[in-house]
Amino acid sequence: MQQLIYFIKTFRFFLLFLVLEIFALYFTIQYHSYHKSKFVNSANVITGGFYNKLNGINEYFHLKTENQLLIEENTRLKNLLEKTVIDYNPHTYIVVDTLVYAQKYEYTTAKIINNNYSKRNNYLTINKGSNNGLTSEMGVINGRGIIGVIKNVSPQYATILSILNSSSKINVRLKNSNHFGTMVWDGKNYNTTQITDIPRQAVIKVGDTIITGGKSLLFPEGISVGVIKDFIVKNNQYHQINIALFNDMSAIGHVQIVKTLEKEEQLNLEQKTVNE
Amino acid sequence: MNSLGIANGFRFIGLILLQVVVFNNINLFGFVNPLIYISWVFLFPFHKNISLLLILSFFLGLSVDFFSDSGGINAAATLFIAFIRLPILKMVLNKTEFDYLLFNFKTVSFSNAFIFISILTIIHHFIVFGLAYFSFQDFISVISKTLSTSIFTILIIILGISLLTKKK
Repeated sequence: MQQLIYFIKTFRFFLLFLVLEIFALYFTIQYHSYHKSKFVNSANVITGGFYNKLNGINEYFHLKTENQLLIEENTRLKNLLEKTVIDYNPHTYIVVDTLVYAQKYEYTTAKIINNNYSKRNNYLTINKGSNNGLTSEMGVINGRGIIGVIKNVSPQYATILSILNSSSKINVRLKNSNHFGTMVWDGKNYNTTQITDIPRQAVIKVGDTIITGGKSLLFPEGISVGVIKDFIVKNNQYHQINIALFNDMSAIGHVQIVKTLEKEEQLNLEQKTVNE
Repeated sequence: MNSLGIANGFRFIGLILLQVVVFNNINLFGFVNPLIYISWVFLFPFHKNISLLLILSFFLGLSVDFFSDSGGINAAATLFIAFIRLPILKMVLNKTEFDYLLFNFKTVSFSNAFIFISILTIIHHFIVFGLAYFSFQDFISVISKTLSTSIFTILIIILGISLLTKKK
C-alpha cells in the first residue's frame, strides 16, 4: 500500500497527463467516426451564440456576393418559368390532383455563422436548430449547389458536415446519362472534389455537368454540383475524376436545408424489406 | 489571486478569442492558419504548479476544439507540449536563465528562446495535423502542413512576445 502511494506520488504528473490525454484522444476518435454524436461541437449555446454575434458584424462585408447569388438563382428560376409557358398547350386541361402531387421536400433557410474550408475535416455552423424543426441527416444546399449534411443539432444551432470532409460521401450522377458515383474529397484543394465508383462503361469528358443523384434521402435529384475538370484512366478504369465545384466554398452565406417529408416512410419500407 | 495569476487568466481568454476570431480565418495561401494560442503554454511561469499547467492546457486546447469543431485534437497536442515543456526548458536554457520566474526576451537569450519555441511548436503542429488526417497515406500532407504552418506560428509568436514585452 505504501509502495502504491509512493508510486502515485512520484508519477503523479505523468498519471495526470495520461488521464487527460486519454480524454483528448477519446474525443478525437469520436470526431473521426461518422455515426457517433459528438460532445465537442460548436452547436452549443456558448460557441454558437458567440459565432452568431461575430457573424452579425461579418455579414455586411459579404453583401455583394450574397446579392450576386440571389440574382443568379432568380435568373435560373425565371428561365424555368419561361420554359413552362412554351410547354403550355391550350387544348388540354391540366388537372392538378392534390392526392397524386404531394409535396416531397420542404426547404428552410438558414445562415452560416461559422465557415471552415482549409482543414482536412471541415464543419460549418448555422443559426437554426431543433427549434426550427431541423434534425441530423438533412441536406444543405444553396443557389449554386450542395454544401453538406447536418450532423449535430442543439435547440438554436446546428453543425454541418461539409462536403469538404473525409466522412462526406454523397451520391451524384452525370447529367447526360444515368451513371452514378460517390463524391468524396481528398483534402487538397477546396474548389475540387473527386468522384469514385463511376463504372467504366460510362462515357465522360471534360466539362460534363455533375448533379445530385437522388439515390440518397438527403438531396432531391438534379441539384447542380460541378463540372468535370480532368480525369485519369488507369487499366481501363476511371482512376480519379476531379470535379470543379460551382460553389465557392470559401464564400457561402445563406443556405437552404432540405427536409425530405417521405423519409420515414421510405426508410421503414426499406428496413422491412431487408428484415424479411 | 496575485497579479501573475490574473495576467495568466486574461491571457488564457484573450488568446482563445484571438485564435478563434482572427487566426482561424486567415487562410494564407488557402490553408495556413497559425495556431498562436499555444504561446500561453510558453509564457506560463517556469516553477509554478505543474498539475495546474497540465489541467489548464487541456482546457485551453479543448476550448479551441469547441470553437473549431475538431474533436480533441488541439487538447491532445497542447497537453502534450505542456507535459514536455519542463524537460525541454532544462535542455535548452542554461542555469542562470532557468532561475528566472518568467519567460520573455529580457530573461532568456533570443537564440535559446527561438529554439525552445520552435521545438514545441513543431511538435504541437505535428500532433494536430497527424490526428486531423489520421492516416499514414497522407504523411506527406501532414509534414508539409506542419512545416508551413509552424513557420508562421513561430514568426507571429516571437513578434508578439517581443512587441508586448515591457521595456524598463
